[in-house]
Amino acid sequence: MTRQTSRPRLPSQARREGREGTRPPEAGPGEVEIALTVNGTRRTVRVEPRVSLLDALRERLGVTGPKKGCDQGACGACTVLVEGRRVLGCLTLAITCEGRPVTTVEGLADGDRLHPVQEAFIANDAFQCGYCTPGQLMSAVALLEEGRAGDDAEIAEWMSGNICRCAAYPNIRAAVRQVRDARAEGEGGR
Amino acid sequence: MRPFSYTRVSDPATAVEEVASDPDSAFLAGGTTEVDLIRIGVARPRRVVDINALPVSRIEEAPDGGVRLGGLARMSDVAAHPVVRERYPVLARALESGASPQLRNMATMGGNMMQRVRCSYFRDGDAACNKRAPGSGCAAIGGVNRGHAVLGTSEHCIAVHPSDAAVALTALEAVVRLRGPDGERSVPVGDFFLPPGDTPEREHPVEHGELITAIDVPPVPAARTSVYLKVRDRESYEFALASAAVVLRVQDGAVAEARIGLGGVATTPWRAHRAEEALVGAPAEGASYELAAVREMREAVPRSMNAYKVELAERTMVRALRTAAARAEGVG
Ligand SMILES: Cc1cc2nc3c(=O)[nH]c(=O)nc-3n(C[C@H](O)[C@H](O)[C@H](O)COP(=O)(O)OP(=O)(O)OC[C@H]3O[C@@H](n4cnc5c(N)ncnc54)[C@H](O)[C@@H]3O)c2cc1C
Ligand code: SF4
Ligand code: FES
Ligand code: FES
Repeated sequence: MTRQTSRPRLPSQARREGREGTRPPEAGPGEVEIALTVNGTRRTVRVEPRVSLLDALRERLGVTGPKKGCDQGACGACTVLVEGRRVLGCLTLAITCEGRPVTTVEGLADGDRLHPVQEAFIANDAFQCGYCTPGQLMSAVALLEEGRAGDDAEIAEWMSGNICRCAAYPNIRAAVRQVRDARAEGEGGR
Repeated sequence: MRPFSYTRVSDPATAVEEVASDPDSAFLAGGTTEVDLIRIGVARPRRVVDINALPVSRIEEAPDGGVRLGGLARMSDVAAHPVVRERYPVLARALESGASPQLRNMATMGGNMMQRVRCSYFRDGDAACNKRAPGSGCAAIGGVNRGHAVLGTSEHCIAVHPSDAAVALTALEAVVRLRGPDGERSVPVGDFFLPPGDTPEREHPVEHGELITAIDVPPVPAARTSVYLKVRDRESYEFALASAAVVLRVQDGAVAEARIGLGGVATTPWRAHRAEEALVGAPAEGASYELAAVREMREAVPRSMNAYKVELAERTMVRALRTAAARAEGVG
């Protein structure tokens, strides 16, 4: 079988590889230093292995865009991108994200220029209290990339991992449609 | 959340060795079950062994016309794979109707097969639950059991098996490939999920430290028009109250081949053998489907709050059979 490693190994582990009889290292249960790349910036942080990506971002790195709704995978408020794919920060251990770029809502804007999906959320009044919004935005960005914004039913299904207590759903769908249509127009005009 | 330590492994042999040699170590794949259960105190490993770097995530066409799904293939990638969509729509649909897009990007096929029940007494660390604390009793039998099983239950546990994908894989007669300290072996999906009986804590014939390396789906020509229908309390991001996976072949107006899996109503991904027997040779029409469905559910054992599931399962089966027949006839 070919060895196919999709992500970097712990440095000490890479060193030990291939040596007969050596076991892979065990990190923790106490704090260990890990490096995370968040919104393009590499940062080191000390965490116990049990710390979720969500808690590492919010409590240790001051990246408070991702929200904690349920902490059990049921609401989507903690949605972030890891290696470009939308995942849940609350069920991801921070230590598993070494070497895998993480994007949060803070990473969407380009300086003061909001991301088109953020603009569309404002234009369409796609939130009320705003608690679910960072997760909705990350899911909407991913959904447009995934090409799942064909019609309203498809948008609803592929946004269903993000619960909105304020039920801003129709306006969220309108925002997604607007970005989808703007992009289609942009491509047609080229 | 209890503390635990963490080891990352990059080859299957080491993964197996690390977990098999330590009763308190557990594999960590997507973490969507494991991290959740550790956080609520139901799973209590001393250490998690991260298997995400293992080279067993591929989705490959098999020479015989089937497909091999790597144990670490993500639900989303399997569902989106063109070969899976074309040959096994029932599986693609089952996967896409489970959890949410974010969870499906994380969750693996191996983890999906090993996921634990969603019974609220199992998840609540204090209630009597034979699955979590063998011998303590079953709080669901005299408690809130609206979501619980009516097929395959025992007096010791009535929890529903939560997986959608496993229901499709049951109908497709897939085979689970395992690697353990003593080498590799295969277990048909039909034997992979154990009914609770007297030992509800034992859910699979899998030894501690055995790794799911792949799931082999055999060639099933009739599966090209297969159907998965899931009925639930809300339209999406919810477990099934009843679901049906149907592979149907119709010839000259009669059912030539039928394979049916049921979800949401049984303690294991349920193979509806009795309904299948009733169908083969019968005219491909509503009356046959209804008869078959009733026959399957005749042995259901409803509890105080879930009698509705008997009829719901029947209707779900009938509707899925109708849809599958229409599709099968559509392609001639
Ligand atoms: C909110 C929510 C909703 C959900 N809804 C649905 C739904 O509608 N339908 C559905 O089918 N599922 C649903 N799920 C369950 C989800 O599909 C499973 O949690 C997931 O498939 C588990 O895979 P994982 O890779 O995350 O496993 P992990 O959480 O990493 O592991 C789960 C268990 O399997 C073991 N394990 C993992 N990989 C292997 C392997 N290769 N070999 C041996 N053992 C292994 C682990 O040690 C652990 O005990 C839902 C989950 C959540 C949180
Ligand atoms: S149904 Fe099973 S899982 Fe639920 S309380 Fe009873 S024994 Fe536990
Ligand atoms: S906080 Fe992660 S899904 Fe709710
Ligand atoms: S805007 Fe309030 S929860 Fe969505």
